[in-house]
Amino acid sequence: MSRQIPDRLQSPLSRFLRSWEALLLCVFIAVFVINSYASPYFLNAWNLSDATFNFTEKALIAFAMAMLIIAGDIDLSVASILALASTAMGLVMAAGHGTPVIVVTGLVTGLLCGAVNGVLVAGLGLPSIVVTIGTMSLFRGISYIVLGDQAFNGYPSDFAWFGQGYVVWVISFELVLFTFCAIGFGILLHCTSFGRTVFAIGNNPTAALFSGIRVARVRFILFLLTGVMSGLAAVCLTSRLGSTRPSIAMGWELEVVTMVVLGGVSILGGSGSIPGVVLAAFIMGVVTFGFGLLNVPGIVMSIFLGLLLIGVIALPRLIRRR
Amino acid sequence: MGLLKQREVLLALAILVMTIGIAVRFPAFVAPRNLASVFNDTAPLMILVIGQMMVILTKCIDLSVAATLALCGMVAALLNGLGFPLPLIVFCAVALGAVLGAVNGVLVWKVGMPSIVVTLGTMTIYRGIVFLLTNGKWINAHEMTPAFKSLPREMILGLPVMSWIAIALIAGFAVVLTRTPLGRAFYAVGNNPHAAVYAGLDVGRTQAVAFVISGALAGLVGYLWVARYAVAYVDIAAGFELDVVAACVIGGISIAGGVGTLAGAMLGAVFLGVIKNALPVIDISPFWQMAISGSAILLAVAFNASRGRAKGRLILRREDTP
Repeated sequence: MSRQIPDRLQSPLSRFLRSWEALLLCVFIAVFVINSYASPYFLNAWNLSDATFNFTEKALIAFAMAMLIIAGDIDLSVASILALASTAMGLVMAAGHGTPVIVVTGLVTGLLCGAVNGVLVAGLGLPSIVVTIGTMSLFRGISYIVLGDQAFNGYPSDFAWFGQGYVVWVISFELVLFTFCAIGFGILLHCTSFGRTVFAIGNNPTAALFSGIRVARVRFILFLLTGVMSGLAAVCLTSRLGSTRPSIAMGWELEVVTMVVLGGVSILGGSGSIPGVVLAAFIMGVVTFGFGLLNVPGIVMSIFLGLLLIGVIALPRLIRRR
Repeated sequence: MGLLKQREVLLALAILVMTIGIAVRFPAFVAPRNLASVFNDTAPLMILVIGQMMVILTKCIDLSVAATLALCGMVAALLNGLGFPLPLIVFCAVALGAVLGAVNGVLVWKVGMPSIVVTLGTMTIYRGIVFLLTNGKWINAHEMTPAFKSLPREMILGLPVMSWIAIALIAGFAVVLTRTPLGRAFYAVGNNPHAAVYAGLDVGRTQAVAFVISGALAGLVGYLWVARYAVAYVDIAAGFELDVVAACVIGGISIAGGVGTLAGAMLGAVFLGVIKNALPVIDISPFWQMAISGSAILLAVAFNASRGRAKGRLILRREDTP
């Protein structure tokens, strides 16, 4: 059998039309149109603005997680990092510190947790899935030790701005943060040499090592980044809820991974894009919000998301087999 | 010295030291009756670990065990309400578990999806179906027949039936894993899938079989769990899949597949069981349990890796010196 090599490359437009992102865009438009027919309350600027809160915090973590998964690792401890960062912020708040210290504490706690994961995975060479299952218990476990069945309340009123504030009209602070992080991570992954090394490591870590990439260091940095973004999500979520419980963000790691995988990132590493993750975030947000308007209980939405996850990954594989 | 190097022996010693340490201050903990109750309490974990271990041996992971358990337990409770005879209920629970496991297995085998994605998806789907079955209502003790509730607690020769079931399954699967072609196939497939193919093994099919067994065992535990605690609700055993994976990791089952023994996995389960039962005795808040099992996972995986690494370095050094 002879292989044909095309003498004309696909035009950028036709390449886009065949891409995963184009499919996601179609799904997003379809869900959006169906929702606006299904409920009269859907097409309302304030309601749609509310809907963005469904995904902004998760998406902040998903951007970093996408890079981590592209590099062939995974971090299942992100929700626990969020819980621990939130607990640390609560402790600082209870000690009487103001908003700047609280925010910095959240970010630094996230960074330290990421460093713990990074040292264990990149430093000691342990498998990331086992390590982060362990730290997932450990980090949330520390929150439980500190808080038990108690909760931190009474955050200062100016702290509420991060999760509840609006920059202009219906554009919330979280949405602006989401946009900036999306652009930042998009540039980092797709337009810098660091981003290329992430893809290289995910495709073949040994080859990457032999081409002079400091693999362990890049993986460590990615864990740090995931930790910080979890800390940032902790700031937003804690500010939005105005309280900290040890069960905060329980199960988010699965939703974040679903978002990343739905966004077209290969769970085996080596391929994926930030625009895909952004679209996946919007789809998940619109689906959850639309179901919410139709009074569908949360657990039924999770069935739908589970089916979406499996369907979206199974379909291309089944089609390719034909 | 050779004996001390075996992981199972070390783990058994660790459990022994821990138990003696507790016994010094609280002699009642090591009374035969209490030890039997600790064992009985750990029996569901041990049964699930048997199945999970086989899945992990074949390079997969089953995160849906707890959800399968919940769904089968709920179905068992519903069938009991419809007046089905007890043997048929148990059969249905096991069969349903096997079917749910087969869904995972077929998606991994025939569609070629990574097991972590498949079981992340089915975990939320199965848990959601539990909700749909009853609309979120609980099935309480007074809605169950006495025979349904008493079976796991029936005493034979001083031990409850649940303990005997665990013992029988451990003995049975010890034979399967070491003395049957299927058991050896699990190890072969996980150790080196390519070599397994050349040896005439169907890798995907073997993985699917492991998922079916894991599901069937989860189905059985579903009935036992609901009957023992005499209540069925949506969140039964929520998060228990992590305990199951943790027990495997602590017991020396390598997440990379192909390595580990049933004895080790069982000791891993006993280790977690002793900790869980000892915490209330030594008057430490149960909120510590999560952090302790997290630390145990990290220590175990670091320990296992430090023993495996020496071999890897030797090969590299030999390559360096021609």
